[in-house]
Amino acid sequence: MKIVACVKRVPTTEATAKLAADGRSLDPTGWQYMLSFYDELAVEEALKTKEKQGGEVTVVTLGPSDASKEVRECLARGADHGVILKDADPAARDPRSTAKALAAKIKALGADVVFTGRVATDRDHAAVGPMLATYLGWACVGEVHALELGAEGGTAKRETEHGVETVTFRLPAVITCNKGLNEPRRASLKGIMAAKSKTIAEEAPLAVDTQTLVVKVELPPSRKAGRIVGEGAAAVPALITALKTEAQVL
Amino acid sequence: MATIVVFAEQTNGQARRASLECIGAARSAGGTVVAVTCGEGASGAAAAFGKAGAAEVICLAGSGPFSPDATAADLAAVVRDSGATAFLAPATVTGKDIAPRVAAHLDVTLFSDVTGFASSGASFQVLRPWLAGKALATLTSTAPVFCATTRPNAFAPGAPVDAPKVSQRPATAGGKATVTAVEAKTAGKLDVKEAGVVVSGGRGMKGPENFGLIEQLAAAFGNAATGASRAVVDAGWRPHAEQVGQTGKTVAPQLYIAVGISGAIQHLAGMRTSKVIVAINKDKDAPIFKLADYGIVGDALEVLPALTAAVKAAKAQH
Repeated sequence: MKIVACVKRVPTTEATAKLAADGRSLDPTGWQYMLSFYDELAVEEALKTKEKQGGEVTVVTLGPSDASKEVRECLARGADHGVILKDADPAARDPRSTAKALAAKIKALGADVVFTGRVATDRDHAAVGPMLATYLGWACVGEVHALELGAEGGTAKRETEHGVETVTFRLPAVITCNKGLNEPRRASLKGIMAAKSKTIAEEAPLAVDTQTLVVKVELPPSRKAGRIVGEGAAAVPALITALKTEAQVL
Repeated sequence: MATIVVFAEQTNGQARRASLECIGAARSAGGTVVAVTCGEGASGAAAAFGKAGAAEVICLAGSGPFSPDATAADLAAVVRDSGATAFLAPATVTGKDIAPRVAAHLDVTLFSDVTGFASSGASFQVLRPWLAGKALATLTSTAPVFCATTRPNAFAPGAPVDAPKVSQRPATAGGKATVTAVEAKTAGKLDVKEAGVVVSGGRGMKGPENFGLIEQLAAAFGNAATGASRAVVDAGWRPHAEQVGQTGKTVAPQLYIAVGISGAIQHLAGMRTSKVIVAINKDKDAPIFKLADYGIVGDALEVLPALTAAVKAAKAQH
């Protein structure tokens, strides 16, 4: 089975937002990066699928050359190949241009199944997985927390506002991964050594114009300073009064 | 006036609140709304969609199981047939699954989880958070059809339309993926994303056996859902569906009550845009107090029963 995990490097949770001089972007100075949390689950599920079904795992990312650190980590965990679709300005990509570039690469790889995170924790669109599947004409199951995958298709569970859905699908398919699906492994020392001899291909992605125009970026208005209304259960009446009369939410 | 197609969700004939808000968002953007709904009991929800501002309601009628890819193809066809200039869906789990597919069918991009809508001349402008709300972007698009999902609790339902036109449209049968079973939630149990009030518990609850106190406070409010911090979900005290934070759900209720939650950046990322925030924590230096509008320094297990009783009493006065 040809298995692909699509991953993205994102700023760490601690990254602070500073406006860039153009007023339409953020200044990334000082940011540290990591593999997006849900993409870690995608890599793990790809590796588990390979262990059960056989085949090869290719990790694909759209981003700068610096993403080789995160891709190398995926190789150390057991992925076979890494591809960086090198983009001069990844921040300018919108979900459509990202999905189209990934679709072109996945088609070229002849993949049977693609795993990706349910959302990348920077732009938080949660759109690329289903868009990618639609451009490929494939099945897609989003936000999956339990999966049984066979050679032809499978069954997945996902939780929506009205309950837990069981979804039956056939391959090829895109699966977006939610927490609960698995526990990502750590790279072993052997894996880290083996990853050193694996190659990470850098390629130009399919050129797709963005349809998104940034009018402006602002920092959110700071919240009005709050106050401690008191200590222990004795403070409850003061809180109730504040919620009723000031905040008017009770 | 521009036509905006809205994907409107319902469960057994009950319109979902986030969909009514989405119709309201479309109205606020200056559109005539065509709401498209599907599933068992769809026509029963048509009146509610009209009441929230839909001028027309189309029920996708089919007997087969729900398929997100088939439904998305049908929605894209409605957008094309109606000459709509925008397509909106609520940013619910289902809406976020369907909307990107509709956008791809139309070969346009998608703006997810928008929190504000403005028309600027002939084009649409939206506000959406970046980096879990640390920044707020105003965006527009060059696409011929503007596609977006609207964040629950960020918009109000629109003004009612008298006697909306209701019609049926045959749904595409089959699909590459189909929902073969739904294990329904307990009736009346609100999802943490949809609720007007969220009561969340963290490590300060001391153990899973004490979360009954969180549930009782939520029940006292009536329109509340229960949430949890990452720490207690990872510890197995609470299900992941309740997790609020960067690796859980992003919520923006009218009132968010954080009980025994210190306020790690991870958690703040999921609830910082709540309208009013209350924190109860025994550590007066906990970071959650920096964000909270009102704080009580104290033991969660001691404060919660008193608060639940007081909320019940306040509600009884109405």
